[in-house]
Amino acid sequence: MANVETVEGRGIPLLLDDIDTDRIIPARYLRCVTFDGLGEHAFEDDRNQNPNHPFDDPRYKGASILVAGRNFGCGSSREHAPQSLLRWGIHAVVAESFAEIFFGNCTSLGIPCVRVERAVLETLAESIKQNPKQTVVVNVRDLQVRFGEKKIPCEMSDNARQALVTGEFDSLSRLLEGVDDIQEKAAAIPYMSHFSDV
Amino acid sequence: MTKPSNNLFNTVWDLHTVRTLPSGETQLFIGLHLVHEVTSPQAFSMLRERGLKVIYPDRTWATVDHIIPTDNQARPFRDNLAEEMMSAIEINCKEFGVPLLDINDKRQGIVHVIGPEQGLTQPGMTIVCGDSHTSTHGAFGSIALGIGTSQVAYVLATQTLALTRPKVRKIEVNGTLRPGVYAKDVTLHVIRKLGVQGGVGYAYEYAGSTFESMNMDERMTVCNMSIEGGARCGYINPDQTTIEYLRGRPHAPQGEAFERAARWWLSLASGPEAEYDDVVVFNADEIEPTVTWGITPAQSVGVSEELPAINDYPKEQQFLVGEAFEFMGLTEHQPIKGLKIDVAFIGSCTNSRMTDLREAARVVKGRKISPQVKGLIVPGSQTIRDQAMAEGLDKIFTEAGFEWREAGCSMCLAMNPDKLSGREICASSSNRNFKGRQGSPTGRTLLMSPAMVAAAAINGSVTDVREML
Ligand code: SF4
Repeated sequence: MANVETVEGRGIPLLLDDIDTDRIIPARYLRCVTFDGLGEHAFEDDRNQNPNHPFDDPRYKGASILVAGRNFGCGSSREHAPQSLLRWGIHAVVAESFAEIFFGNCTSLGIPCVRVERAVLETLAESIKQNPKQTVVVNVRDLQVRFGEKKIPCEMSDNARQALVTGEFDSLSRLLEGVDDIQEKAAAIPYMSHFSDV
Repeated sequence: MTKPSNNLFNTVWDLHTVRTLPSGETQLFIGLHLVHEVTSPQAFSMLRERGLKVIYPDRTWATVDHIIPTDNQARPFRDNLAEEMMSAIEINCKEFGVPLLDINDKRQGIVHVIGPEQGLTQPGMTIVCGDSHTSTHGAFGSIALGIGTSQVAYVLATQTLALTRPKVRKIEVNGTLRPGVYAKDVTLHVIRKLGVQGGVGYAYEYAGSTFESMNMDERMTVCNMSIEGGARCGYINPDQTTIEYLRGRPHAPQGEAFERAARWWLSLASGPEAEYDDVVVFNADEIEPTVTWGITPAQSVGVSEELPAINDYPKEQQFLVGEAFEFMGLTEHQPIKGLKIDVAFIGSCTNSRMTDLREAARVVKGRKISPQVKGLIVPGSQTIRDQAMAEGLDKIFTEAGFEWREAGCSMCLAMNPDKLSGREICASSSNRNFKGRQGSPTGRTLLMSPAMVAAAAINGSVTDVREML
């Protein structure tokens, strides 16, 4: 698995709060047995209701860094949400804060989600609107977001950051390593042995 | 960071800790993995691609709930995509040796309803499911977490997850709920006060006399909505009510083993000296029947209140509040009472259990629903459906003009044929009022207790159920 140390690309501002995963990918697109093809349906209902939605704005075509508001990705645990963003072309999200399951899902797909203070976030979104072509760099190692001449600090939990920069965000191989420990642990849990030892 | 001692969450977390991973995360053993048709097909494919097996098939249980029609369940389903998902879970469970409670199995139902009902859900367990409302199972004093599909694959393959321990907040509610005020109102009230993001970083422990006097159905309603308050999970300490609920359930321990189990379960409960990262206290008598008016579960008011004004909110929230007013087609200071509804839905893993159906039936009995309203009752499981019919509740509902359906998620997220159309407004006992949640991109949802939904169905508009009891 490749290390995710920096993500570089153009930004797309969507500075709204409490965007839930039903809005990111409506439930009707969960009727699928693979994640293929989800990209084109990202924010579909919002886009239909708002002709000026950034996801349809040609200025942001090809952008890979999403700038969102507070509590981004709340609601359903559907991994379809980050999967659809990823397939749309989003490789990092900068927001004021994230819902936890969404954050975990993104991390396990290698999509860094970093938090930035509101005031700075607004500067970033504004700067992207003024100059959509500029490069935005999300540096996971140094916890910095760079755009134009500006360098702003961002936050991310140590564990997630570690997982991304070491390329261990898909934790399956690590978890599999512990198989002996897992079985030993299981044997010590009362309900795993019909409560015979309690 | 100092680690609070002696609360149930930390005790159970420590018990299940396999080791600390290089990232700093905990590798946590999972005692029960529940699986449903929507979030699992890609996980089984991952296993196949990597040549992995399900490590503990006997700790894994699958059912079908999200996509199944609740009227005509004949196979193949009319919706090809739904049929494809049904076949996928059937093939996957067969191939990987996972027990599946299919629609032709009397134990089938919404995954968070049947886990407890079958006695699979027990205190002191770690429980996961590819579904955010897994928090429901916390009602039994377990750590119950919603996970994504990649994590579903990890748990299938290793029975463990890489997780970061959240902080624990005690939410204490004391006192007796007034008549007409239900568990749903308590949880809506908590979310209204703490916000949809208030719980981020926390597990919620619900404590205090209000929760202690609730039955298990009611406790499940409360824990179910923890996720809507942003919390990673929610739980209630096991007590005698928990034990009596589990006694005799098919997958609960039996005989002498049950008594040993019960002693262990009680020993896990947070003691009086337990420490928390945060404590919030509410009074039961400040809570009235609560109704959401907006597009997040925190945008709610007491039924006798009027809607807020945009200016009542802090500046940074005003945009979202404005968006809610616009989407809902409502105006500032409008009373919520009297707002016309088109659809009434009683169901979902929040409120589709016997307690909910009985309370709704009590309101409906001898009355008729408004001719303008389409009313739908969708029991949470086939077991509940049968029990309700044995008590004659189906008759009360159908005579009033409701449709009496088969068990499933139905109009909670409308992945099956049960959907709102256009701008319809639905009084709903479910958990989410997000834009488009009930199947129409412009459809509108008002969350409330099942008794309140029943009252709204009868009057054709939002009603204070206390006037009808
Ligand atoms: S009833 Fe609704 S919230 Fe519950 S599992 Fe089904 S879709 Fe999810």
